[in-house]
Amino acid sequence: MERMQEVVGRARAAFNSGRCRSLEFRMQQLKALERMVWEKEEEILAAIKADLHKSGHNAYSHEILGVLGELALAMDKLPSWAAPQPVKKNLLTMRDEAYVCLEPLGVVLIIGAWNYPFVLTMQPLIGAIAAGNAVVVKPSEISENTAQLVADLLPQYLDRELYPVVTGGVPETTELLTQRFDHILYTGNSTVGKIVMAAAAKHLTPVTLELGGKSPCYIDKDCDLAVACRRITWGKFMNCGQTCIAPDYIICDPSIQSKVVENIKATLQEFYGEDVKSSPDYERIVNKRHFKRILGLLEGQKVAHGGEADEASCFIAPTILTDVSPESKVMEEEIFGPVLPILTMKSVDEAIEFINRREKPLALYVFSNNKKLIKRVISETSSGGVTGNDVIMHFFLSTLPFGGVGNSGMGAYHGKHSFETFSHRRACLIKDLKMEGTNKLRYPPSSQKKVDWAKFFLLKRFNKGRVGLVILALLGIVAAVVIKNHQSVLKRKALLVVLAVQRLGWLSVW
Amino acid sequence: MKGLSPQILGKKKKKMQGRDMSCCCAAAHAELTRGVLCPQPFFECEFSEILLCKNELHETLNNLSHWMKDEHVDKSLVTRLDLAFIRKDPYGVVLIIGPWNCPIHLLLVPLIGAIAAGNCVIIKPSEITKNSERLMAEGLPSYLDKDCSAVVAAGVEETTRLLENKFDYIFFTGSSAVGRIVMTAAAKQLTPVTLELGGKNPCYVSDSCDVQNVARRVAWGRFFNAGQICIAPNYVLCSAEMQEKLLPALHKAITEFYGPNPQESPDFGRIVGDRQFQRLQTLLRSGRVAIGGQTDEKDRYIAPTVLADVLPSDPAMQEEIFGPILPIVVVANMDEAIDFINSRERPLVVYAFSSDDKVVNQVLERTSSGGFCGNDTLMHVTLTSLPFGGIGNSGLGMHHGKFTFDTFTHHRGCLHRGMGREALHALRYPPYSQQKLGIVRVASEVKRKDACTLL
Repeated sequence: MERMQEVVGRARAAFNSGRCRSLEFRMQQLKALERMVWEKEEEILAAIKADLHKSGHNAYSHEILGVLGELALAMDKLPSWAAPQPVKKNLLTMRDEAYVCLEPLGVVLIIGAWNYPFVLTMQPLIGAIAAGNAVVVKPSEISENTAQLVADLLPQYLDRELYPVVTGGVPETTELLTQRFDHILYTGNSTVGKIVMAAAAKHLTPVTLELGGKSPCYIDKDCDLAVACRRITWGKFMNCGQTCIAPDYIICDPSIQSKVVENIKATLQEFYGEDVKSSPDYERIVNKRHFKRILGLLEGQKVAHGGEADEASCFIAPTILTDVSPESKVMEEEIFGPVLPILTMKSVDEAIEFINRREKPLALYVFSNNKKLIKRVISETSSGGVTGNDVIMHFFLSTLPFGGVGNSGMGAYHGKHSFETFSHRRACLIKDLKMEGTNKLRYPPSSQKKVDWAKFFLLKRFNKGRVGLVILALLGIVAAVVIKNHQSVLKRKALLVVLAVQRLGWLSVW
Repeated sequence: MKGLSPQILGKKKKKMQGRDMSCCCAAAHAELTRGVLCPQPFFECEFSEILLCKNELHETLNNLSHWMKDEHVDKSLVTRLDLAFIRKDPYGVVLIIGPWNCPIHLLLVPLIGAIAAGNCVIIKPSEITKNSERLMAEGLPSYLDKDCSAVVAAGVEETTRLLENKFDYIFFTGSSAVGRIVMTAAAKQLTPVTLELGGKNPCYVSDSCDVQNVARRVAWGRFFNAGQICIAPNYVLCSAEMQEKLLPALHKAITEFYGPNPQESPDFGRIVGDRQFQRLQTLLRSGRVAIGGQTDEKDRYIAPTVLADVLPSDPAMQEEIFGPILPIVVVANMDEAIDFINSRERPLVVYAFSSDDKVVNQVLERTSSGGFCGNDTLMHVTLTSLPFGGIGNSGLGMHHGKFTFDTFTHHRGCLHRGMGREALHALRYPPYSQQKLGIVRVASEVKRKDACTLL
């Protein structure tokens, strides 16, 4: 109890000292993080390999590349992200300064996940540091090698008080959650997500929850099946299916089911060779508990391909199930493993209805040559994100917000969205102490005249479109004539014209 | 289940606004009293309940088609030929819980955004302001689609039961205590929330300022709606010398506004209920009553009151006042004022008055709050282009203008690719090799501006 209180307390005191607020400091910390990734690449890859049996190449492209990209983006854009944003003013505030200041929230907690143990801890950390916060990092204890490495490395490169790492399991995390934070970003499952949000509610702490769900993958009859299946195979079986945005299950017409199976089998052969188990590019299930859970999902199912397993090494072969019933166990929970059920449905209407009856997923995939169909599926469903004609890829575009909706989560991050998630948008209006004349309109005692003036100054006009532009042009001409012919009364008339145009509400930028 | 076209709903809203304007005013008028003929000041009602609402409505109607459009985003090398955009999806069924202090405005402004974003809405007005509650319950259904919106009149118990249902978003305005209850209930369903709460908004007055102007602006902000607004300046921090100058200036401003006997002024409001009245009476036992202090229980009238030499431990400094009482706490200088502000919960707004820009900026930079207004009170909420929301105990999330639309919208990242160019994708497929990795590195790299591209 004391340990968590101490760690968080120290981070808060360090934040209050103000040293993490300057852009220079934040850049320096981000540069140090970048150096850490460059210098310790071997150690990071080794830790991920130990946790997930992931080859160096996979680990590099799945995890390290993402972190380096996020770092480079943050360092490049930080000055523009952090700059105050001026806003449109109204007539009453036209002489004032009005802008939005992006300020750090304070002490942020990041709880990482085990499936991509490095990137899912680092990527939020980068955004939180960039936004000027102190950050308590809690990597997942299930990927224990990476957790230990992060705990060892971060203090060597970053400010120790501002960015402490806390390791431990459920009891330690529960303890940590009793402390007060200014934002919590949690990546994991919905059950624990609810616990995190309930703990946050006690302190009115905003949360970002990156959860999961069953991401559906609809394959239209009209599509290049070979290409579609290759892409699906890649996304499904990477990290042995342990990806929050992996295509969880396929929906397709019964007439193409067997072709889909054939194509996936062919692709699996291309990717992993005859003996998947000996391919260096195929990972393992993270632990025995998940191994048993996934195998349990195969009970009573029609196994079209795969099904082999080896408990000692937590190996489960890429497995395809056909003619799966929506009521079966494998369709109840997020699979998070290399098991791909195929459900057959006769029409896209049925598929859309099916998807909408279930919890909103983190990702949704649709494959078709028919652009209209893809647009329709996107418009008539809801999900965290979508990739059409591919899988996973929306995750890699940092200009897209990455997050869930409903049971799959709340909030989003990546790129600028991380910066905004970890910032407070503070509205600032700086007025003059002089110019008291205009204020008299709003002070009591009130009168109908004052009400009318208030309406004049405050009420935005409904946009009258083209007619308005014509009138504006006419007013401009009038103004030009007036200015030309009546130089001596220029000031007064110009002011009247300006006020009249303002009244009509089209000049809103001052 | 999709809501009706947001534009149709929006236009209906506007019609209702226009026609029922006087009706709304009358309801709010009758509200802050116990049926005695002392209305909420007409100007205040017109200003906050009607004008600001109309602004929001116009802003939304003017811009909705633009806000709703897919927002195309910059793409990487790998996605250069794809369609990448943010789709603005409604959440679904949203719950809006309104407070009693500005019973029309604080319900309609979020409602406008929720409808604009395409949601169906359950509206729960405050049960304390019965006339407004009735107006909403009778008025809204006659203008809005009955399937897509519903008004629920509910007290504490019923609201607790209402919160057991699953909503796709909850927007709550009220106290921090109830905010916690709402968020805890929302956590059970993983429902995202916006909480517009409150706090003690400090108002720092530096020694160099035009005292009379400051006094007018502070008095206006404090006594608007008889102090019952979440953004009112809650207490003043200033030096002892400034306190001596401020007191007569405040007295002059109050007399200018409400005359020698504010109880007779049609422009000064009343406390909403007996419970709130009694609570406020106990707060008067703080510091010394320098101005006002008179109360009339039958009328639920508390005079515009200024308490001087208030101590941080006094009752008036323990909770958000939400009444026409302005405590002045004496501090030695600006640094002490900033430390004082920072030692307390982060408020909804920080005010700072000074003719020296540097002082105003210092207070801004060294404190944290929902919003900030320099050299005036309340006015930052009249700009729909500024986000309105709290931080820490004063709330989470924000709204007003486009921010309301964004609050009730799920920003869905969408990538629409082609089926071609499969050869390029081969780089990402197993079996992996050092060569493939090299190409992938180059294609995904975000170049630093000052990085040398020759090496």
